[in-house]
Amino acid sequence: MVCFLATAFFWAVFPPYLLRRIVKQINFIGVKTTLVIVLTGTFTGMVLALQTYYALVKFGAETSLGPVLALSLIRELGPVLSALMVTGRAGSALTAEIGIMRISEQIDALDAMALNPYKYLVIPNLLAGIISIPLLNAIFVVVGVWGGYAVAVGLTGVSSGTYFGGIRDFVSAKDILVGLYKSLSFGMLITWISCYKGYFTGYGAEGVSKATTQAVVLSSVTILIWDYFMTSILLT
Amino acid sequence: MIEVVDLYKSFKNHEVLRGVNLKVEEGQTLALIGGSGKGKSVLLKLIIGLTKPDRGKILINNQDISKLRGKLLKQLKERCGFVFQGGALFDSLTVFDNVAFPLREKTRMKESQILDTALSELARVGLSGAENKYPSEISGGMKKRVALARCLVMKPEIVLFDEPTTGLDPLTGKAIHKLIRDCQKSLHFTAIMVTHEIPAIFPLVDRVAMLYNGKIIASGTPAEIETSQDPVIHQFVHGELEGPISIQ
Ligand SMILES: Nc1ncnc2c1ncn2[C@@H]1O[C@H](COP(=O)(O)OP(=O)(O)O)[C@@H](O)[C@H]1O
Ligand SMILES: [Mg+2]
Repeated sequence: MVCFLATAFFWAVFPPYLLRRIVKQINFIGVKTTLVIVLTGTFTGMVLALQTYYALVKFGAETSLGPVLALSLIRELGPVLSALMVTGRAGSALTAEIGIMRISEQIDALDAMALNPYKYLVIPNLLAGIISIPLLNAIFVVVGVWGGYAVAVGLTGVSSGTYFGGIRDFVSAKDILVGLYKSLSFGMLITWISCYKGYFTGYGAEGVSKATTQAVVLSSVTILIWDYFMTSILLT
Repeated sequence: MIEVVDLYKSFKNHEVLRGVNLKVEEGQTLALIGGSGKGKSVLLKLIIGLTKPDRGKILINNQDISKLRGKLLKQLKERCGFVFQGGALFDSLTVFDNVAFPLREKTRMKESQILDTALSELARVGLSGAENKYPSEISGGMKKRVALARCLVMKPEIVLFDEPTTGLDPLTGKAIHKLIRDCQKSLHFTAIMVTHEIPAIFPLVDRVAMLYNGKIIASGTPAEIETSQDPVIHQFVHGELEGPISIQ
């Protein structure tokens, strides 16, 4: 698997660069996942506001609802949940698509034309993942904060000034960078695993369905494990 | 010219090819026959360098392709064409874009030139009017024609056909055979054709070779193969159930 990634990056250095395919995959992985991200982001923000408020009231600290919510979204929930949504929505489709191309000999056909399949199938997806997942993460965090705001101000009576003022005071550039690093690495992980599983799929429809399941499970588990390591490294 | 010398290939511990020897002269067409799942497709893929052999040599115009790397291998592949069993058309592209694909990716032709070349290639295989359909919307026979057009549009010197008529009705199969024959006459490529159309294919090819137990057990003119006294060849060519070949 490491070899697969190294080969892909090796070929990425040489032309042709196939920008149109990269744009197409950004549309597929990124743009078409936006609606899902907006929905899950909003509701995550809303439920987080309820739960956090419930906990904070016990300490009499409900005025810090804004920053607590923003920090957990920016540092943790945004990157992880948006990555999981992309895995379910686009990662599985990538594996299935590449797997079908493998079993119907379309990958061999590219190779037979002396065209490098990595250039057409793997590299555009890797780059599209690395570009679009941080952007999706940003959307997730923003709508999450607004969803939290709606609940905080509408239901629990925290004032709007307290909510955003707190966020401005307590969220630093470093927190945003942590989220960015995480989602960049998740973007690579998801597309790497999905492309690898599709590229080396087993025979027949059963092979592709197995590969797709494995890609989703492996991506999700890896995201959570990798998230722990990233957090522990970035906190120090 | 294609020459295969003592070629071995196995997958895990399943030995598929055990010392294949085969020779096709410039401009000739060879029909490769043999039982299903016995390694005919594997042999074709080895010849064009899609997989690497365990042992043995594959010479194309006296160059050993298993030793070629990078640019030289690329140049060699560019002179070969492969018509895959299922067509292997890119299903995200229309029929026209499939045929135009190699021109767009491999040549510096202008879009207007590509349009002309691809359309005339589609006309040659009798598919004028189907340019804007997707592979999922056309019949099996049409898919094979598109695959043929996509392969021939690059004017290859060597063409490998993997079961070009399997799964088609007899008439369509015949039409494809005639089409291949006509293309061969005008383009003069050297060809290997894996086929189960025995004996229909015999008048259309120069030589016939039979793959059995991982080896080429016979290679000769169609007449020689048809009248062969070897019990294995006789049984296979005449489709008899009784004989040395066990049928699983
Ligand atoms: N990539 C592969 N991995 C493992 N086994 C393979 C692979 N390709 C082919 N085989 C095996 O090699 C044998 C020959 O296959 P093939 O060449 O497709 O047969 P056919 O003569 O029908 O074209 C089959 O038993 C198949 O299972
Ligand atoms: Mg086959």
